[in-house]
Amino acid sequence: MIELKDDRFLNYFRLDERFPHILCPGCGIGTTMATMVRAFLELGIKQDELCVVSGIGCSSRVPGYLDCDTFHTLHGRALPAATGVKLAKPELKVVVIGGDGDIMAIGGNHFIHAARRNLDLTVIVVNNFTYAMTGGQYSPTTPTHERAATAPFGNVERSFDVCFLARAAGAMFVARSTTFHVAHLKKMLELALKKKGFSVVEVISQCPTFYGRYQGIGDAVQMLEWLRARSIDVSKVSDPWHQKDKFVIGVLHDQQEIEPYTQLYEEVRERSRGK
Amino acid sequence: MKQLLSGNEACAIGAIRAGVRFFAGYPITPSTEIAEYLARELPRVGGTFIQMEDEIGSICCMNGATAAGVKAMTATSGPGFSLMQEGIGYSIMAELPCIIVNVMRGGPATGTPTRTSQADVMQARYGTHGDHPIVALCPWSVRECFDLTVAAVNISERLRIPVIVLMDEIVGHMREVVELPTEVEIWRPAQPKPAPEDYYHYDDRNNYDAAIASFGEGYRVHLTGLTHRKDGFPTDDPEIIKWNLDRLRNKIEQNRSWLWDIYYEDIGSETVIVCYGSAARAGMEAKRQFELKTGQRVGIVRLRMVWPFPNERLIALLRSARRVIVPEMNQGQLYREIERTVSLHVPVVSVQRYDGEMLTPEEIISHL
Ligand SMILES: Cc1ncc(C[n+]2csc(CCOP(=O)(O)OP(=O)(O)O)c2C)c(N)n1
Ligand code: SF4
Repeated sequence: MIELKDDRFLNYFRLDERFPHILCPGCGIGTTMATMVRAFLELGIKQDELCVVSGIGCSSRVPGYLDCDTFHTLHGRALPAATGVKLAKPELKVVVIGGDGDIMAIGGNHFIHAARRNLDLTVIVVNNFTYAMTGGQYSPTTPTHERAATAPFGNVERSFDVCFLARAAGAMFVARSTTFHVAHLKKMLELALKKKGFSVVEVISQCPTFYGRYQGIGDAVQMLEWLRARSIDVSKVSDPWHQKDKFVIGVLHDQQEIEPYTQLYEEVRERSRGK
Repeated sequence: MKQLLSGNEACAIGAIRAGVRFFAGYPITPSTEIAEYLARELPRVGGTFIQMEDEIGSICCMNGATAAGVKAMTATSGPGFSLMQEGIGYSIMAELPCIIVNVMRGGPATGTPTRTSQADVMQARYGTHGDHPIVALCPWSVRECFDLTVAAVNISERLRIPVIVLMDEIVGHMREVVELPTEVEIWRPAQPKPAPEDYYHYDDRNNYDAAIASFGEGYRVHLTGLTHRKDGFPTDDPEIIKWNLDRLRNKIEQNRSWLWDIYYEDIGSETVIVCYGSAARAGMEAKRQFELKTGQRVGIVRLRMVWPFPNERLIALLRSARRVIVPEMNQGQLYREIERTVSLHVPVVSVQRYDGEMLTPEEIISHL
């Protein structure tokens, strides 16, 4: 187990000048960031071998606190940007982190096509069911009837299941965890990072400032309670894709690895020279 | 070796000769031949071609490849160029060199996909958000598609900016027999990199030509589209915001002495035609025919770099003229820029054609 005071852990952050961070007290994004770094350390992923890419949103601010190559791109565009990085430097470990709005709404098209292409990328979707950075508007994961800044009378739209969509689009590995289940989350991130090919981890996270307030769930502690009470392990359900009012956590999809894009393209290079 | 090539092919060849090894794009007429050529030729030289899901993805993917240290380009036409505008803003802010070729069609919307126009001159300049200058080049021949693409790559690397190559459909699809150089001059940065601890991705120098680090080299490069400090991390300190935006402007302003490219002939004449791209072909022919018929000389000024706009050069070139004629395949986009630059000294006439057909020499002669 890696201790908080562990130098290797602290080295990963720009403690010298980037802290204190801008996240609200009690936000789940900090937990996600720290757990992600612990997973990097556990797997021995070095700072110089890593590029963390994000779009725009509270969740997308994570790279701004890390001491590795970081790429804070446009709203929704982390995946095409990461695609360019990975194609140009296949030896780099490329990790994408962003919110449900960033990756599933404005970036939705990129998400399904990135999954289909199967580049060796790990995508961490921090799902707080809202557009937090812009003030709590509804997102593609906000459940129907729930309230948001732009749904004062209840959301009329149906919501995406991030994991279901990832699997349907062709992701090699899909898992879900929450910011309450930190050890579990770390395990899921490690499995995803180890997987060769496109892997997705959905992290259900608390936004006490907006989602918690709009739904009347309460503060950070009450939201963590809510995460605990609502979560159920995948081993305990017969059908993980159709559980109402439950967060089914665990590995939801893990298929046999196929050749990743960069390897297939290397073959294209060889064939092109033969002709 | 003499070859029969289209402008689009010559542009793609120029890119490879200048060291471009990455292309991300989405098909759109009349630019598609560039993508098709590079899909075939880039893997042969160890490069990468990818067809993205749209133009937004294309420019962001290209920015990613650039950030990871590969010379990259994309090619599109008006509607795709519009989709790229946010990403072009990112390239400018993060100072990522890249080439965006816009083979212009008529518009707005899907407009006239298989017809020609020069209607994106202002989109190239003002399309993306915020305050920033831009560099855009305008070839008029197949050979220039090659030469100006090479120039675009070098300028973009030297100033760490996106450079736009504005071709029109006629130039992109036109075929000519050309002989292209196998070796071209490639701009290389002068100074070596400092040690990682002393490295700032954006520093205070006035020359912008130091070697820069890219992802995966151990320099810990931080890129953001937010206004940033010299280490790349975001800030909203007013002083640094201003420093950052001044820096973007000064890259172009302080290099104005070489950032212009004008071809001219007979500028002492009473009438001078100022033109660019395929309209310049009609302009040249109009000059020739008029001179044959009347024995009077006509001056010609052909802009190969339309942005940054060469105000001072034009005033110097046109001061002694009695009349300036600006033929364009749009409703006078560059005419307005020329008018406000030189109309104190000389009256300026706009000759417009925007029906998808080529501007003819006769239309210009009728104004001479
Ligand atoms: C093109 C564009 N449109 C809109 C925005 C405004 N915007 C910034 S963050 C954001 C939503 C963020 O929500 P999410 O991705 O869920 O992240 P969170 O803040 O909840 O972590 C939006 C709409 C933007 N930056 N760019
Ligand atoms: S607004 Fe919500 S998501 Fe954003 S930092 Fe605050 S608690 Fe976290």
